[in-house]
Amino acid sequence: MKRRKFLTLSATAVAALPVFATDFRALKPEAWKAKTVEGAIKKLYGDTPLVETDKIKVIHPKVAANGAAVPVRITTDLKLKSIALFQDSNPESATAVWSIYPGTVADFSLKLKLKRKTNGAKTVLTVVAEGEDGTLYVRKSALDVATGGCEG
Amino acid sequence: MKKIKIKANEKEGVVRAKVLLAHKMLTYKQAEKKGVKPNFITHVIAKVGGKTVYELSSSQFLSKNPVLKFKFHGKTGEVLEVAWTDLSGAHASASKTIK
Repeated sequence: MKRRKFLTLSATAVAALPVFATDFRALKPEAWKAKTVEGAIKKLYGDTPLVETDKIKVIHPKVAANGAAVPVRITTDLKLKSIALFQDSNPESATAVWSIYPGTVADFSLKLKLKRKTNGAKTVLTVVAEGEDGTLYVRKSALDVATGGCEG
Repeated sequence: MKKIKIKANEKEGVVRAKVLLAHKMLTYKQAEKKGVKPNFITHVIAKVGGKTVYELSSSQFLSKNPVLKFKFHGKTGEVLEVAWTDLSGAHASASKTIK
């Protein structure tokens, strides 16, 4: 239970902020302002090299008809500490970070707002997973956004 | 309007949960156009019997009224508690017995 102890300690250290254990917005505020995917990953996880993997599945429509709500599902069997989702069409890259607990099954769905790129290029979703041994796995997936939902 | 709607059903030891969070999720740009303050959910946490089973640190790019789906190991009859915090510091929570 060392980790729990550490988390409690760090939570007390930032007592001015909400008393949640691993709020990545409080822990790594810089990562949420990064404009590029690479920059956001570095701010969040440091300089650890990324390992490409196909064990993470990113499920989404090939063409998103409505950019205001693009369904995205991420599943994996890897043993992980956390999973982060980034995209490259909105002003900032970092989108969501999940922490994984012993009882959690790594299968998450949510809906995103995605802006259509000005040149009509594909939007790339990047999923980075932090393994229990500290390895960083990465999986990329591209989709078209027919109408943007973020209004700039 | 209820701020959180929860559905949670167990099947073979795994609980599937579907959570709707009622929130405007205004990004910085959208808020600027409307002349209001940006506000979006920054942190969502779900617990069963005091143990965390789901935690999400989120940005402004989740859709309006986001629906989150997730799975965890659990049993029928346990109580799932979900809570969120947004940028302005407001928070809401709700709980539901797992079916």
